[in-house]
Amino acid sequence: MTPAASRQQSRAAWVFVGPALALIAILFFLPVLAGLLLALTDFDIYAIGSTSNARFVGLRNFQQVLHDPDFLTALRNTLYYVIVGGPLSVLTSLGAALLLNARMVRLRGLFRTIYFAPVVTTLVAVAIVWRYLYHPKYGLLNYVMGWIGIAPIDWLGNPHWAMPAIILLSIWKNFGYNMLIFVAGLQAISQDLYEAAGIDGAGAWKRFVHVTLPGLAPTFLFVSVTTMIGFFQLFAEPYIMTQGGPLKSTTTLVLLMYQEGFRWWRMGIASTLAVVLLLATLVGTLLQLRLQRGRAQ
Amino acid sequence: MNGPARHSRVVSSAEWLQVIGSIGKSRVFGSIGRSRVLDSVRSSRRTTPSPEIAASAILPVLAVFAVFVVLAVVCLTTGCARSSGPDVLRFWAMGREGEVVTELIRDFEAENPDIRVDVQQLPWSAAHEKLLTAFVGRSTPDLAQLGNTWVSEFAAMRALQPLPPRLAVSASTASASTASASGATALDSTGFFRGIWRTNVIDNVCYGIPWYVDTRVLFYRKDILAAAGYDSIPASWDDWRTAMQAIRRRGGPDRYAIFLPINEWLAPVVLGLQAGSPLLADDATRGAFRGAEFRRAFDFLLGLYRDGLAPPVSNNEIANMYQEFARGYFAMHITGPWNLGEFRRRLPPELQDAWGTAPLPGPVPGVPGVSTAGGSSLVLFRESKHQEAAWRLVTYLSRPDVQLRFFELTGDLPARTEAWADPRLTADRNLAAFGRQLQNVTPTPKIPEWELIATRVQERVELAVRGAVLPDSALALLDRDAEQILAKRRWMMEKNRTRAVITERP
Repeated sequence: MTPAASRQQSRAAWVFVGPALALIAILFFLPVLAGLLLALTDFDIYAIGSTSNARFVGLRNFQQVLHDPDFLTALRNTLYYVIVGGPLSVLTSLGAALLLNARMVRLRGLFRTIYFAPVVTTLVAVAIVWRYLYHPKYGLLNYVMGWIGIAPIDWLGNPHWAMPAIILLSIWKNFGYNMLIFVAGLQAISQDLYEAAGIDGAGAWKRFVHVTLPGLAPTFLFVSVTTMIGFFQLFAEPYIMTQGGPLKSTTTLVLLMYQEGFRWWRMGIASTLAVVLLLATLVGTLLQLRLQRGRAQ
Repeated sequence: MNGPARHSRVVSSAEWLQVIGSIGKSRVFGSIGRSRVLDSVRSSRRTTPSPEIAASAILPVLAVFAVFVVLAVVCLTTGCARSSGPDVLRFWAMGREGEVVTELIRDFEAENPDIRVDVQQLPWSAAHEKLLTAFVGRSTPDLAQLGNTWVSEFAAMRALQPLPPRLAVSASTASASTASASGATALDSTGFFRGIWRTNVIDNVCYGIPWYVDTRVLFYRKDILAAAGYDSIPASWDDWRTAMQAIRRRGGPDRYAIFLPINEWLAPVVLGLQAGSPLLADDATRGAFRGAEFRRAFDFLLGLYRDGLAPPVSNNEIANMYQEFARGYFAMHITGPWNLGEFRRRLPPELQDAWGTAPLPGPVPGVPGVSTAGGSSLVLFRESKHQEAAWRLVTYLSRPDVQLRFFELTGDLPARTEAWADPRLTADRNLAAFGRQLQNVTPTPKIPEWELIATRVQERVELAVRGAVLPDSALALLDRDAEQILAKRRWMMEKNRTRAVITERP
């Protein structure tokens, strides 16, 4: 190929890629950059009136946020949710996927649809139903627990139980998505391996530990990383169910960010929180990659 | 723009602008214009070259594009001139008021054939955000209902139109002579409750006209009070407290004198205002919570919880306030006018004669206690091109007869004192307490940061009630919170002062 032709070709490539790049720049990089810059200012309600009322404050927002007890509470709640809810959610998905993949199961398509239905249902509608389920006096959950003699729990009104209630709801809401990915991962494992293991005398458990799990390792990595990133951004469930209460026990980082940004209009602080959340998610992801990659090899 | 109504049948550019506008708006204000969106979708269908293209799902972008092209052509050929139809006012109203006001608007439009009013309802929970977004997006309505504690914030952003200079006089000195200059449309502060009017005056400029008012009074069980030996609510803090102790002595372990939810800022703030605390000091740039006045109110409040007169619970922990009131769990509660209807509806019939309302007691014997100055105001926006027409609507809605109809429709208390002389209001004994309380209302600090500070007041008081911090440190923390929250405001005022000094120099 002559240099002229290759130049022409690369120019054509740029023309084709250009619109997509421009869109990404405008819709993604610019807002992120603006958010980073906002985090360094004290942009607030006065600055909305006139931008001359915004000041550059350097890292003072970060200092303020890190000393804010509300932030520490929100961070603790978010980590609680990620560390407890994340693995539970992944395990539930895996369990459901194994069930669906079992050979004797009939009506697979039906079950897959049923399990996946919560993922595509609107959260607001779901939340209304779940608020009834959680109702301390008339709720189904307390009613069922009453059969085995457990005293009723004020699920959403008690600071100790509100977060578990949120975790339960969001696991139910989200497990279907990961389940589908696991099903795909399971189907990619060759049957030959199971047969070989069976001939070698491996039982069901051994087959699961030594064939299924290693075979699922790449899927596991993907699922746990995306789940963790998603769980760090918990917002809608507490926003709808508890508004962050009781006693701030379900205030998460994103909810706090929302309140700072859209209730008090302290955009500077809200952007700072966004940066902190980004860093937390990044650290979590790197940690996971390091851990799992080590295990996979 | 105030000319007579002339409907042009040609699709005018202004109408097109509305269609396009509603597409954009519907994205931001999902709940406002759903039907408008449908309309706009229908109109965009009409303009696409062929039905196949419009129907095909992959080309909605083209359809929108076609609308823009048609719009551009229409714009070019007509010079984008405004159509000469009636003035269309965009009026944003919240919640129940937004639903009901359309009924009043019909008469207004009949009286003013040159004005049409497009009422858009916002849910209260989203109203604040939508108004701010609208301001940033330069799509504020012509006029709106605004919670009167929000006025300062929108005034600080310079979103609101200062009302005609004749209104800029302070509440006490407004004279009828200056107002009469513009005849029947004149409004001035004398016809309104003084404390409520003051919520709309920021730095001596008036930005809003009270539409309906709201304050908090004491709802109480007459039978329980009578059993304790009192035939009415005592007027001073000391006697009030003694009455509560008497109630507490007669009641069982689970029967309290008063319910003051610890997750609300109302009680500490109202008691503070009653004790004469300014809440904020130095031109609202610092907290005044360690001052003697607030300290007195704070001690009084903590005493109620400490001595078991008030249960230290939040209102989430009370499953059904009305049931508990009927059961006698508490005998008094400080709350607002909407509960008049709720108490009537939800309390059992045998208790209907057993509850009543009373103005709040005050710290000094013989001086009635103040309460909050709540309610909604009507404001005009600076960006509006229909100031005169919008002002006419405000004047109409402030007319005593219209206010009375509004009261009948919503139960919202009229802002015009004149309306209170009407038998429809005087007939209700429980309403009378509100009428008297409204003579004694004080606005909370009129700065945008107040709501956040009020939340902190609640949080710190809750800590002190639960015994997590000592009263002294709770107040110190509160002053520190205020100091931090108001840092920006101090800087702003410093900046404005410096600028004033510079411009004053010859």
